Amino acid sequence: MNPFAKLLSLTRSPEPVVETSPRVSQEIRKTTCYMCACRCGINVHMKEGRVAYIEGNRDHPVNQGVLCAKGSAGIMQVNAPSRLRKPLKRVGPRGSNQFEEVSWEEALDLAVEWLEPVRQKHPEKLAFFTGRDQSQSFTSMWAQSFGTPNYAAHGGFCSVNMAAGGIYTMGGAFWEFGQPDWDHAKLFMLFGVAEDHDSNPIKIGLGKLKKRGAKVISVNPVRTGYNAVADDWVGITPGTDGLFILAIVHELLRAGRIDLDYLARYTNAPAIVIHAPGTDQHGRLLKDEDGHLLVVDRKTGELMRYDAAEVEPSLTATHTVNGHECQTVFRQLADKYLDEQYAPDAVAEACGVSPLRIRQIAAELARVAFEESFELDRPWTDFRGRRHDKMIGRPVSFHAMRGISAHANGFQTCRSLHLLQILLGTVEVPGGMRFKPPYPKPVAAHPKPHCKVTPGKPLDGPHLGFVRGPDDLALREDGTPARIDKAFSWENPMSAHGLMHMVISNAYAGDPYKVDTLFMYMANMSWNSSMNPGGVSAMLTDQNDDGTYVIPHVIYADAYASEMVAYADLVLPDTTYLERHDCISLLDRPIGEATGAADAIRWPVIEPDRDVRGFQSVLCDLGARLQLPGFVREDGSQLYADYADYIVNHERRPGVGPLAGFRGNGDSHGRGAPNPDQIQRYIDNGSFFITHIPAEAEYYKPWNAAYQDWAVDIGLYDAPQHYVFELYSEPMRLFQMAAEGYGERQPPDYLRERLKRVMSPLPIWYDTDDSDDDRYPIRALTQRPMAMYHSWGSQNAWLRQIHGENPLFVSQKIWDEHGFKDGDWARVKSPHGEISVPVALQAALNPYTVWTWNAIGKRQGAWALEQDAPESKRGFLLNHLIHELLPPKGDGLRWSNSDPITGQAAWFDLRVSIQKIGEQTHSLPQMPVLPSAVPNAPRDLKWQVGE
Amino acid sequence: MSDLPLSTKRKLGLVIDLDTCVGCHACVVACKGWNTENYGAPLSDIGAYGQAPAGTFLNRVHSYEISPPDAPTQTVHFPKSCLHCENAPCVTVCPTGASYKRSEDGIVLVDESACIGCGLCAWACPYGARELDAAEGVMKKCTLCVDRIYNENLPEIDRVPACVRTCPAGARHFGDLGDPDSDVSKLVAERGGMDLMPELDAAPTNKYLPPRPRDAAETSAAPVLEPVAAEAGGLLGWIDRALAAMPGA
Repeated sequence: MNPFAKLLSLTRSPEPVVETSPRVSQEIRKTTCYMCACRCGINVHMKEGRVAYIEGNRDHPVNQGVLCAKGSAGIMQVNAPSRLRKPLKRVGPRGSNQFEEVSWEEALDLAVEWLEPVRQKHPEKLAFFTGRDQSQSFTSMWAQSFGTPNYAAHGGFCSVNMAAGGIYTMGGAFWEFGQPDWDHAKLFMLFGVAEDHDSNPIKIGLGKLKKRGAKVISVNPVRTGYNAVADDWVGITPGTDGLFILAIVHELLRAGRIDLDYLARYTNAPAIVIHAPGTDQHGRLLKDEDGHLLVVDRKTGELMRYDAAEVEPSLTATHTVNGHECQTVFRQLADKYLDEQYAPDAVAEACGVSPLRIRQIAAELARVAFEESFELDRPWTDFRGRRHDKMIGRPVSFHAMRGISAHANGFQTCRSLHLLQILLGTVEVPGGMRFKPPYPKPVAAHPKPHCKVTPGKPLDGPHLGFVRGPDDLALREDGTPARIDKAFSWENPMSAHGLMHMVISNAYAGDPYKVDTLFMYMANMSWNSSMNPGGVSAMLTDQNDDGTYVIPHVIYADAYASEMVAYADLVLPDTTYLERHDCISLLDRPIGEATGAADAIRWPVIEPDRDVRGFQSVLCDLGARLQLPGFVREDGSQLYADYADYIVNHERRPGVGPLAGFRGNGDSHGRGAPNPDQIQRYIDNGSFFITHIPAEAEYYKPWNAAYQDWAVDIGLYDAPQHYVFELYSEPMRLFQMAAEGYGERQPPDYLRERLKRVMSPLPIWYDTDDSDDDRYPIRALTQRPMAMYHSWGSQNAWLRQIHGENPLFVSQKIWDEHGFKDGDWARVKSPHGEISVPVALQAALNPYTVWTWNAIGKRQGAWALEQDAPESKRGFLLNHLIHELLPPKGDGLRWSNSDPITGQAAWFDLRVSIQKIGEQTHSLPQMPVLPSAVPNAPRDLKWQVGE
Repeated sequence: MSDLPLSTKRKLGLVIDLDTCVGCHACVVACKGWNTENYGAPLSDIGAYGQAPAGTFLNRVHSYEISPPDAPTQTVHFPKSCLHCENAPCVTVCPTGASYKRSEDGIVLVDESACIGCGLCAWACPYGARELDAAEGVMKKCTLCVDRIYNENLPEIDRVPACVRTCPAGARHFGDLGDPDSDVSKLVAERGGMDLMPELDAAPTNKYLPPRPRDAAETSAAPVLEPVAAEAGGLLGWIDRALAAMPGA
């Protein structure tokens, strides 16, 4: 009816009748979200075989029914015009985004043509790196079978410091490894947690805390998101969290407000540090012949094994070894942190936090931990065989993530935070922080890195792991790094997740060697996932004198027309998350809860309408074509028809496979024979599985006999793995000793002083800027917004309307000093480059800091966005200011911009200068416009799939 | 002109907790998804992948900074949708009667078959809570998910607005604000729930719970820790005494 006719027909009944019970959908298909890394359960409502609506699954342990903006916008991700449609073979120069569509047969033939000779002659010349991959236990197996040592996922440029700092200190960390005890915590302190991190679980948890009136303290230079609802905000200066934490430690020690009983029983605080200067024993921990830690028993004064049934470990005893008096770890620790250099007055200026504030926070932590302590009436037995009547609550919980870890001092900062948690006795106790199975898992239960290459054969073991000392480094016989990213080398010995941000740069430089084929999955390495994207793009396109590319072959798998697609010779189009099988496996990065072990699947709730294949299924095929062990039967035929076949039938150890639930006849959990109906059983169960920990095993897990037995029972490990927390890290001391000249494996001389300094076995803080360059006084940061993940969000018609561009947020102090007004732009410079960007005032910001949303800025022509979309016109990346190498030091060496312990990309060490400029039409730099790799997007959407 | 009901049997509405809202936009997109597929015309997106995408949203989150004189600046996230006012000016201004307030539950709706897209209601709404859909030419607004809250095809627990069901922090509450014994009315009473711009006399049904006081001033009398002993050696002695006093020692 036209409007005029409507106006004329005004004889209306008083109230229209509304259809209040419309049919919601014909079917609900339950699967797992992949709009970010949280892996929530979703109900996908279907109409006529199409996705009509997505909501959270109420039964799911991760999100308990709720769903964030990204999750609800999944419907716009599976219809995104940026979806790749068919394999692509490059026809123009690399970087030009010019392709021809080819068949899968032709694409895989080409891949084999490149990969087969590499495998037969020098497997290390394949660099296979996956980005936000949730199938690492599978992709790593493929790489291991291929035989290259050059495999990792994105952890090195994400938050490896958090993971490694936690695992080396206490056998677990935050997020996938552990979570606050939301139901009992009375004080929650969060450090450096960006808005989008651990999306729904943290929001659900904050909601619970708020409901109970628990207090939230946030430590973050930027007050947005979770930090916005905190009761107290500490707008700390970036990179100084470790110093701030150690000042709190100083205060707690000075006042004796620490959990002595916990330290004595469950940590290596009572261990004896050998004092033997000038020998290869100095600084090591005293052990018996079988390698068991020894402590002094408080009652008898005798040395005893730390896990002896009757031992009461002394924190303060001394013990004489070879005529030298040796002290406990605790004594060394107390001496170290009681030093005035850690006093609040000494650190306040650097941290941008007043001494009084630091003292008050320390007092608040101590008050809640000890005066609001409570007991759970839950008897349990510890690993020494002692029965405890109750579980003692210390209701202070911490959480931290990338803000403290993406600095070159991040590993030690993470260790400092764990030291604080442990001194308060608040890890694995009621009200504190709790591990999620398969964690706790000490370093001893993790593999070591492997790097032995044999042409035509698999690698000698898993690529990634946890080094126990210099003997485990991934070095070649001449002492140079075995891996293209130099992980597990003297430059960054404990690089448990590899260094994806160094792969292209090192491969281009031929340092330590050149590669033949770069094979990447789901990692936007020519754009927001790289430091220095302009430089990286040039490395990918640079040619030798003979016209060949310096990096000869690039294969890239992705579901979408990202910026990286342009730099591939061969593009393998992946499916969207609703069109595929996946497993969120206990062998990998599972979705456990503190109260149970859980895993999950994805399954094709819709079929692709394009000629695309799930990447993992493609690897099953490619593995068979290459005749990789583990991917073929004895007769050479393909072993796994597709990824779903692998998920169901692969066994990592007898009876233990990718999925723990519904094994054997469907009733076995954890261990059991492969069950052909397993995936259907998961689907019927909402696409997840959870098995709960017995009540008496829910806390004190590393030391709880009932937990250890349960973990063995369900196949997390094959024998109990009890251990004590390592406040003092002996592996770190071993690297220090190597730098002092002990041991056979010796670091190059230029790294000795650095290793001695940074590999302190007790946590330390150091300034990450050791240059005298004072031209760049301002700290610059990024974080993702809550409604966006990675670069994926911009192709999403709904999400890009929430965050379509990203100003540089400037503190009040900087705003005033530069006389900025609304609508102004700024030129921002770093030692590496400059950008021109729009600015906006944010008063709730550390005074010396600027920041922006990351991954909103897009290159023109990517992601099926129209030209001059705000993401590319005004949006920008801070990445252009960050180089993967530190500025040259004049020694001819390439110093990576990474944590010297783990190789974590030091994104947040960026310092800049800022200058006001008038309004601009485009942000700078602008890379050349890409021709789109996919057809043009529709102009308008009216998305209604049902009648 | 349309008349408002003299009274409504119930006053269904939302209570939004500004102390807990983290500004994640989950409510915005759940609303967009549900109402694109359900009540009336889909919520369109004009220029969806272009230079100035302009979609219809029934709920948006605004963020503000508040700078108290003696404490750090605060960030407040403020979700806003139709407040289902008792004196809804959008209803009385409607020339066709398309905008109306239900006498049963107080929900303000637009009968799209009668809407001529003149935009008077959006102009009259003091809260800017209505959006004209550019593709369909009809006025769109929050329906309080009238097609969910009574929907017999949904499990009972899900008969709440999409924004409430999805809110991860639990900052959104739905119920009858006309019933003083309802959970939402009690919450409003406990937490000092407020009307948005009460001086305009629109008498909104939705209520906002204000943020709790934040950032106790540094000069406050919050305690600091006293040293257990003057020197480090004193600490060790204290530890020995403390451990010796523990049960089981």
